[in-house]
Amino acid sequence: MSTTPDDPRPAPGSEAPAGKSPPEAIKAVPVRHPGRWVAAAVLLLFSAMFVNMLVTNPAFDWPFLFEQMFSSPVLIGVRTTVILAAVSLAIGIAIGIVVAVMRLSDNPVLVTVGWIYTWFFRAVPRIVLCVLFGNVAILYQTIELGVPFDNYWLPLLGFEDGARFYSVPMETLLSPFVAAVIALSLSQGAYMAEIVRAGLLSVDKGQTEAAQALGMNQGLVLRRITLPQALRVIIPPTGNEATAIMKDTSLVSAIPLTTELFFQLQQIGARTFNLFPMLVAACLWYLAITSLMMIGQYYLEQAFNRSNRGASVRGAGQRA
Amino acid sequence: MTQNTAEAGVDAGAGEGRMVVAESVHKSFGRLEVLRGIDLEVTRGEVCCVVGPSGSGKSTFLRCINHLEKISAGRLWVDGQLMGYRQRAGKLYELHDTQVARQRRGIGMVFQNFNLFPHMTVLGNVMEAPVRVQRLPRSQAREDALELLDRVGLADKASGYPRQLSGGQQQRVAIARALAMRPELMLFDEPTSALDPELVGEVLDVMKGLAEEGMTMVVVTHEMGFAREVGDTLVFMDEGAVVESGTPGRVLADPQHERTRAFLSKVL
Repeated sequence: MSTTPDDPRPAPGSEAPAGKSPPEAIKAVPVRHPGRWVAAAVLLLFSAMFVNMLVTNPAFDWPFLFEQMFSSPVLIGVRTTVILAAVSLAIGIAIGIVVAVMRLSDNPVLVTVGWIYTWFFRAVPRIVLCVLFGNVAILYQTIELGVPFDNYWLPLLGFEDGARFYSVPMETLLSPFVAAVIALSLSQGAYMAEIVRAGLLSVDKGQTEAAQALGMNQGLVLRRITLPQALRVIIPPTGNEATAIMKDTSLVSAIPLTTELFFQLQQIGARTFNLFPMLVAACLWYLAITSLMMIGQYYLEQAFNRSNRGASVRGAGQRA
Repeated sequence: MTQNTAEAGVDAGAGEGRMVVAESVHKSFGRLEVLRGIDLEVTRGEVCCVVGPSGSGKSTFLRCINHLEKISAGRLWVDGQLMGYRQRAGKLYELHDTQVARQRRGIGMVFQNFNLFPHMTVLGNVMEAPVRVQRLPRSQAREDALELLDRVGLADKASGYPRQLSGGQQQRVAIARALAMRPELMLFDEPTSALDPELVGEVLDVMKGLAEEGMTMVVVTHEMGFAREVGDTLVFMDEGAVVESGTPGRVLADPQHERTRAFLSKVL
């Protein structure tokens, strides 16, 4: 097939000849999607029914809901929930980094201990941990500081009194709030350990070698080179963990730590025999807190990716 | 420390002018024997080019010099110091991580894949070790780093990130980063193998400049032109052993061994 002078198509591989106007833009009848219209109509119908229910069903009792939602015990509950989540997450991240480093170390004892920790605290449900740490006082009524196993070996030397110089009752030391922090952060630490470990493993081995070749010791390599680069991988799943731990603070009423948000709302519902609006209020509060956290996470990820992403875009232009 | 050096010196380590001394260096990965007894000396100011087919163990040997790989048998001294161990009364004691790190401070290394720190600017890459390892004041480290970047022709890229640079530019930054520790010995592990052909020259020029200033260099390379022009010694390795070595002119023009001849006929 030869290209004649009045053939509008350019020959394959050749560029459009100069002076010729570009071809007309394509105007075609688009493919129709009747299924989409049907689906949209059905969903709109259901939405309308749902909104109608919210407005007309008296069980929602909106005035009561909004009045109680901002009452002082509920606000205290919100505060407890937010503080508990923040503290547990912070400690959990710290534990996670330590355990991840343990599991990646050359020391078989550290590797095993790290593995057992992760295994145990990922296997046991958080609510069980909460009840467990709420009842630790059964195990030890007082906490004593002294020489380990003194009751076994000191009598052999002729001392009967033992070597303990400080003791504190468990209930002073382990308030419900502290028990909640311990239960949640130990559980959180196990999940964070896996996330941090994956992050550290994602950093190229050449980075460590380059840092070592410059005379950096292991601690410095971790702090300055490996961990900062691992953060890019660590931050997104940590955002999910943050929302999860926030929601799981509702479990600590099992300790019992009763100043927590969900328990407070349930109490009001029970007291006033008007439970359902309080459950809806709980949904709204958790929704609000989680939404704020999502915004925070978005900006954190943005800030963290800025240099990298900006670099790759500008880099393409700069490359000679 | 002095005793250690003195004792090592009795064996083979020190001695005026000897920068690297390898004595029957063996290295195995599991059952795979990668180095089968390397004997090699590099004198101060010498440029030693190591060539050979891939898998011949030349990169592994280079990594043994700064103890990135532990050697399985033999001894390796750099500037009179036994690398990675302390020898006392005929017994070897492994050095602690921080002591090995200290030994590595005087040895710069440049990698095939640059291995620049992507989360730091170019200037940050060069300043990192002087500030964190040598604890130089930031202002001085900055001044030194800018001077080094100027020397490799990249002063204008100081505030950029590694990703924004071409491969050749990245490798020049990597050289500046290694030089920032004021090393007495520079190791180059196939520094131009990951580069586009048109970018090889700029890196070799920087290395040539270094050699002319009297830097002691061990260069694992496939650039025969560089080895001939800049190298003082050419070492040909195959299957974990040194097959032959000598001045580049002699080895390239008149190889003594059949294996050297076979290799050179393919690369020249």
